Amino acid sequence: MAANPMSQFDVYRIGPEIKVGAFDISFTNASLFMILSTVSILLIFNLGSKKNSILPNKIQLLAELSYTFVSKMISDTAGSKAKPYFAFIFSLFMFVLFCNMFGMIPYTFTVTSHIIVTFVLAAFIFIGVTVIGFIKHGFGYLKLFVPSGVPAVLLPLIVVIEIISYLSRPISLSVRLFANMMAGHTMMKVFGGFVISLGIVGGWLPLSFSVALTGLEILVAFLQAYVFAILTCIYLNDALNLHH
Amino acid sequence: MVKKIYFQSIFFSFFFIKEAFAAESGGMPQLNPEFWVSQIFWLILTFGIMYLVLSKLILPKISNNLESRKSQILENIEAAEKQREDSDAKLKEYSEIISKSKLEANSIFNQAKEKALKDIGAKREVLDKQIDNEIAEAEKEIDALRKNAPDKINKIAIETSSELLQKLIGAEVNNSSISAIVDDLFKRNGDKYYGN
Repeated sequence: MAANPMSQFDVYRIGPEIKVGAFDISFTNASLFMILSTVSILLIFNLGSKKNSILPNKIQLLAELSYTFVSKMISDTAGSKAKPYFAFIFSLFMFVLFCNMFGMIPYTFTVTSHIIVTFVLAAFIFIGVTVIGFIKHGFGYLKLFVPSGVPAVLLPLIVVIEIISYLSRPISLSVRLFANMMAGHTMMKVFGGFVISLGIVGGWLPLSFSVALTGLEILVAFLQAYVFAILTCIYLNDALNLHH
Repeated sequence: MVKKIYFQSIFFSFFFIKEAFAAESGGMPQLNPEFWVSQIFWLILTFGIMYLVLSKLILPKISNNLESRKSQILENIEAAEKQREDSDAKLKEYSEIISKSKLEANSIFNQAKEKALKDIGAKREVLDKQIDNEIAEAEKEIDALRKNAPDKINKIAIETSSELLQKLIGAEVNNSSISAIVDDLFKRNGDKYYGN
């Protein structure tokens, strides 16, 4: 094999080592792509919101379509009470989407293919949603773990299952995104390696797979950002509208 | 098919990961905690700044733009509706005027017709009267003529008879006796000569 398919996930320092106390907060390639993603998001949406013309130009249309897309997603899943959290979910969706999409460009680094990044996002969402739930409903939020219409005999079991499923939310949320990104990129790298190793004779088959996989990965990149955002909406819905 | 290959490839890639674990000391770079703090720090920094800028500056603007467009479109629709109503009213007015003027024209036509008919009737009456008068006068004349005719004829007959008798006899004849004969004839056969 020409190159280790995992080496694309290596984080390396760019520039000098920066240390704050015992912590190393050096500027890395991950930081670079986080900054690239956020800067391009801000650039696009700033351009898209600058002019207010009745007939929007392309970039304004893009910004407004994204806005209505996310706003519709939130109102569909979490209702009108989720309006104050729109900006956060919008930022989250755009950040994950842009990080995923930047990863699709060859020789780039995929920020979201690192478990620590996705886990921090997921943990923040988990803690935030739990805090919102307790603020809105007090200890009544614990009713979330007691579904209605369950026989009393099954209740202890159900409650335990519910608590485990609730606590596993940040893990499932972060691992889903991280694993999808990592697996996709690894696979593309593996197929790319096959193209080289099989050469001009047999390399065409993995090459065609690579082409197909690129399309699939772009779809996955969008889909995972969407799933991440919509799961956040669903968790938020649980916290805002206690249905049980 | 693609899905199957996809998942098989994922499985396959994990095989490579294992190989990588075996081959290199690093293994999965994601599990290397060396840069975790750095990543967390930069994530919070970039995401935080992006969130602040988006929520405070950009998203309100986009929402404003959308809102203003929506309201403008609604306004335009309203204005268009108003104009449509206006034009409908005008159309109604117009058709009313047309129908009114049509009625008016009709009535004027009828009046003129009536007037003309009246005029014609009056003139005809006058004419009829004139004609009647003339006819009556003519009839009167004829009657007078007719009434006078026997006298004149009798006179002529008497004169002719007296002349004839004079020429035949050669002497003066008394007119009165001839007129008595003529009268007598007239009385007997007058109807035959002058009967209507």
